[in-house]
Amino acid sequence: MAASKRCNVSSENLTVNDVKTPKIDINGKVDLIIQSKKHANDVFDVLEYLQSEKEKNVVCAIDGCTKLFSTLLERGELYVGKLPKEELLIGGDRSADEKYCMFMRHRYNGCLELLLEHISHESYQIKESALCALMQFASMEGKFPLQDLDWSEHYSFPRELIQAVVERLLSQNEDMALLISRFQEYLDMEDVRYYVMSSVRDNVGRVMDKTKGAVMPIYQNNVFTLLSNINMPSQESELTNYLVKQEGQPAEHKRTFERLWLGFLKYKLPSNMYKKVLVILHDSILPHISNPTLMIDFLTAAYDVGGAISLLALNGLFVLIHQHNLDYPDFYKKLYSLLEPSVFHVKYRARFFHLANLFLSSTHLPVYLVAAFAKRLSRLALTAPPAVLLMVLPFICNLIRRHPACRVLIHRPSAADEACDDPYLMEEEDPSQCHALESSLWEIQTLQKHYHPDVATAAMAINKPLSQQEDAISELLELSTYELMERDLKHKQSKTVPLEFDPATQLLQGSGGVGVLGLNFSLE
Amino acid sequence: MGKPPKKKNLADKVRKTKTSTEIKNNPFEVKINRKKFDILGRKSKHDVGLPGVSRSKAINKRKETLLKEYKTKDKANKFIDKRFGEYDTKMDPEEKILQRFSMERQRTQDKKDMYNLNEEEELTHYGQSLSEMEKLNDMVDSDDDADEKGVLSAELTASHFGGGGLLRRKTQGEKDNGGNQRAKSRQELIEELILKSKQEKRERQNQKEESQVLTEKLDQDWKSIQGLLAHKNAPKADRLEEEDKPKLDEYDMMVRELGFEMKAQPSEKMKTPEEVAREERERLQKLEADRLRRMMGDVVEDCTKTQAHMSADDLNDGFILDGDEKPTLAYQDGKWNINEEGAKIEGDDDEEGGEGESGEEESGGEEEEEGSGEDSHSDLDSEQESEGGEEEEEEEGEKDEVPATKSQLSEEERKAQAEAAKAELPYTFKAPESYSDLKGLLQGHPADHQCIILARTQKCNHPSLAVGNKLKLQKLFGFLLEYVGELASRSPPELSTIDKMITQLYGLCQLFPEAASKAMQTTLVDSAHRMEDVLEVKGRAAFPQLDMLIYLKITALLFPTSDFRHPVTTPALLYISQALTKCPVMSLEDVTSGLVLCCLAVEYVSFSKRFCPELINFLLGVLHLAVQDKTSTGYSVVPPFRQNGKVSDLLVLSDPESSQTWSKKTLPLSATQTLTLTTDLDTDHYRLSAVATCMDLLKHCSSLYRELTSYSHIFQPITTLLSKHLPIKTYPAALQDLHGEILATISGSLTSRPLLVFQKKKPIPLKLFTPKIVEVLDYGKKRGNTKEEREKERLNHKYKKEFKGALREIRKDTRFLAREKLNEVMGRDAERKRKVKELFGSLATQEGEWKALKRRKNSRH
Repeated sequence: MAASKRCNVSSENLTVNDVKTPKIDINGKVDLIIQSKKHANDVFDVLEYLQSEKEKNVVCAIDGCTKLFSTLLERGELYVGKLPKEELLIGGDRSADEKYCMFMRHRYNGCLELLLEHISHESYQIKESALCALMQFASMEGKFPLQDLDWSEHYSFPRELIQAVVERLLSQNEDMALLISRFQEYLDMEDVRYYVMSSVRDNVGRVMDKTKGAVMPIYQNNVFTLLSNINMPSQESELTNYLVKQEGQPAEHKRTFERLWLGFLKYKLPSNMYKKVLVILHDSILPHISNPTLMIDFLTAAYDVGGAISLLALNGLFVLIHQHNLDYPDFYKKLYSLLEPSVFHVKYRARFFHLANLFLSSTHLPVYLVAAFAKRLSRLALTAPPAVLLMVLPFICNLIRRHPACRVLIHRPSAADEACDDPYLMEEEDPSQCHALESSLWEIQTLQKHYHPDVATAAMAINKPLSQQEDAISELLELSTYELMERDLKHKQSKTVPLEFDPATQLLQGSGGVGVLGLNFSLE
Repeated sequence: MGKPPKKKNLADKVRKTKTSTEIKNNPFEVKINRKKFDILGRKSKHDVGLPGVSRSKAINKRKETLLKEYKTKDKANKFIDKRFGEYDTKMDPEEKILQRFSMERQRTQDKKDMYNLNEEEELTHYGQSLSEMEKLNDMVDSDDDADEKGVLSAELTASHFGGGGLLRRKTQGEKDNGGNQRAKSRQELIEELILKSKQEKRERQNQKEESQVLTEKLDQDWKSIQGLLAHKNAPKADRLEEEDKPKLDEYDMMVRELGFEMKAQPSEKMKTPEEVAREERERLQKLEADRLRRMMGDVVEDCTKTQAHMSADDLNDGFILDGDEKPTLAYQDGKWNINEEGAKIEGDDDEEGGEGESGEEESGGEEEEEGSGEDSHSDLDSEQESEGGEEEEEEEGEKDEVPATKSQLSEEERKAQAEAAKAELPYTFKAPESYSDLKGLLQGHPADHQCIILARTQKCNHPSLAVGNKLKLQKLFGFLLEYVGELASRSPPELSTIDKMITQLYGLCQLFPEAASKAMQTTLVDSAHRMEDVLEVKGRAAFPQLDMLIYLKITALLFPTSDFRHPVTTPALLYISQALTKCPVMSLEDVTSGLVLCCLAVEYVSFSKRFCPELINFLLGVLHLAVQDKTSTGYSVVPPFRQNGKVSDLLVLSDPESSQTWSKKTLPLSATQTLTLTTDLDTDHYRLSAVATCMDLLKHCSSLYRELTSYSHIFQPITTLLSKHLPIKTYPAALQDLHGEILATISGSLTSRPLLVFQKKKPIPLKLFTPKIVEVLDYGKKRGNTKEEREKERLNHKYKKEFKGALREIRKDTRFLAREKLNEVMGRDAERKRKVKELFGSLATQEGEWKALKRRKNSRH
């Protein structure tokens, strides 16, 4: 058989280029093998194609293999049970059929190995085909188990296969995001998801242990991609979609999911990974964890990091505080310290202000705290772009509306005439010590001179007693400068356009005041 | 009628005999109409009435009209014999016939006379010649003979009033009947009157003759003078002819000529230079005031809303009977301003053109000849020439201001070049239909020529010349803008060409503000949209290209940047803000772009002193790039800058020594695209220039925002950076001075200010129920409507009055008729009674007679 194999290989090498296209060749050979056991040796040719250099050939070969071994699995022509070594095969006294089955089983195993290797192939097409083939095999194996059922557990699932696939997917050197997103369709199936989760958990534990918890961006990114693609069903009754038919245990799933995430988050993550995790945390992780309070450690750690990560951790914390009765000491102090100039410029400002609005919506907050927030926000507003100002100004006004005691910030008739320095301490971290209540919101008065008319008008609101009705800020949260510009243009088109009356003769001529541009730049 | 008339009639008769003053003074005749209100200044016609008089008048009128009609009702026509003396029994038939004949003759004569004025015909009266009669009269008048007077006067009257035979007879009869004495006195009176009139007539005739004589004399005098005058003006041959002509025509002609001669129109006084300057200043002040008002925007308008007047009858239910129709004279977003502005600026242009033209004439007359000789479009020449003059002027002005750019060419050379170019260039251009048209038109020409081409295109397609031109020129603005963008994005950018085109752009923009603003908006929004797309994908964007920077600058040149809200400049500022907040600084080019944007931002807000946070943030960020030690700063930079990162040392000098060889110079605009710095020294110099620019901008900002309440907080990070972190020691002296200046400005500001209180609200005034006082200029007229409505109302009123009057008249008529009918019936009844009585009486007498006869018979027997 070995000889014939060699012979076949050589002949294949000869004919590959001139006789027929590989696709027809492979298909023909697969058909022959399926038709009769005589042509069993052609399987080597097909496997040879699997190792070909050409992408097209490999894809064809994968298709061929899928077809071939699926049929064989269906027919039961693959050896079931513990497979003896191939060297022992020849010597063993077994029937021809049995030998054939064993032979094919060996080829099947070889094929699986090749396919697993292909998952790390540089060509995405091959990767994808290999993955699909493997999952197809997994599905077939589930139906026609290759283990003896009597000693195996009461249900059979090709755990090893899935484990191998997951291991390949969670590559340490390569970003597998695309492939993982392809893999997502299998993750919709309950059992696949379950076994993938447990495999991932094992894998993460193993890998991270090996590296002693050091940060591995690519690997962790892959894990995260895979994890974020796991969509837990929102209701337990939905567990209906299976790769292999069997009964499910939702509680078990949940526990696995939880353990998986905890296992993943246990280790130090790259900073952008924190952001990614935190973005999806409140939405797709917390609701599916049986005991969300376990996330507290992670969230508090993230909240302490500062900057954007803290902003994002807020959301998760909010869920915990709100729904799981978490008592977080100095929460507002932390929130207060989050207010930095950058808060108006980061991507997540809409989310942050949405939450801040929620946190500060309580009317039971102490006045000094609300005043501190209002003052700090207005101080920061001195550096904010107009789109944000349009949101922050109503925000501050809302704070004052909710807490009428804060009205002194914009109206202190008792000391109207005395001039004083701003008593507010920007550097003070504790809102109770910052003397915000003794200050006034001069910053908003300053913004009345803002260049954008809408901002100036919004800032004018503090000149008069505020109306009872709160301003709706929800639609202002996501406002961008461009939207603002469009709004301006829609605003009034019909009116005549005022023109500059100083005739312009030069490009760098000053307009309005001094020609600053002309002073500093030349026409070159 | 023999019966005594009724009492009323008697009263009427009495009234008739009385004079009108007597009646008016009789309190029983006068009825005073009581007035409800005395209205000052109104004259009423009907305060006093004379009911008796008017009633009798009305009755008389009715008697003449209505009664007659009534009487002749149902009656056929009747013949009236009007033959002369038919029923006169005293006349003998021969005389009767003679008179009839003469009357007939006279009638025909009279008719003839009306049209035949000249033909003298012997007029007769009673067969006598009238002329003779006249002579006789004169003679009679001359001597006073009392005996013949009566006869003569009779004849005189007869001659005056046309011989009414009957009348004469009657008067004669009367005379015969009435007392002689009385008639005489009356006649005397009349005679005196006649005498007087005759005398007057004669005097008038005499005067007329005298004046005629005088006129003739004057004419003759004039003739002699006129000959002299004509001698002066016309050649001798003409004079002879003139003498032949009648002089009157000549005179008429002269009179007419003088009459129709154009009178000198009172023109506006020539303005002295001071006046012109003052007017210009006033115009500018007005424009400035408008600009300020726009700058304040509607914010102030809200505050100064005036209290609407409330009438005493206002129920405060929001019901307004008659809305305030007059449009309030409010400022509507530059609406008033704009027309005047445009007109004035056009005027200015014309003036400039005129000046240019005159200058041209002085300097190069031969050129003009050349031009007109060559070209058939002579009517356009003057314009083009003037344009050329303008161009030259402009060039000269430019030369004065920017000598560096033009120094290589001497003035003569340039002039020669310009003239040569003008000779080459065609004088008319079609307005480009597409952008490629324009490009084809302008490509290959030097910058000056491109400007001339554009100017000529504009002149040739002026909106007043043809209908479609407006649209073409509107499009031209867009194309030109595009072209400018392309020029800016070439490498190297042709900025000097753009510089020259600014005038054209400005002119077009003044012509079509709407189209210009639309084009500008589109450009800005497109670019902002592109940036937004990039931002959404990548989270950050590259700095805008040079063309966008140029567009932003042009926007500032064309539109007022100080308006509170402006359809173009507000989005432009937003665009700058977007670029300054979203574009991370990665290279020195980016620094340059950012600084250009900052300059623009400063220019945009410099007049209105409005606060632009992005500007301060960016300047802080740029300075932060120059800080060496970036740990433990007392300030925090705002995105797009980072506290520390791989490009955060962009402006740190590589060698502190290089600052000694640095000298302040302006940065080239092209450095926003490509910057080629070969040596470290160059790079360091460039860095220092950037820092200098940044500090200069900061200086501007620090003085610009002095008024803001949070001034110290706005500049607090900058102060910290400047005073503690910037390696100012290693910088050249000029920069150190600048640095000190900024710090002094900032620290010199007040840090304390009063605590905030709400604006003092005016207490809501009590409702004043005083009447609204409106000045009325036209008394007694209905007001407050349009002319048509008033006319309609007037007619309605009149119709109503007439209708009522007619109704009243009809009622009176019927009453009158009824009365007459009653009278008639009563009369008839009385007649009948009388007749019956008469009959009874006659019967009774008959009976009596008969009885008496019978008694007599009986007694006889």
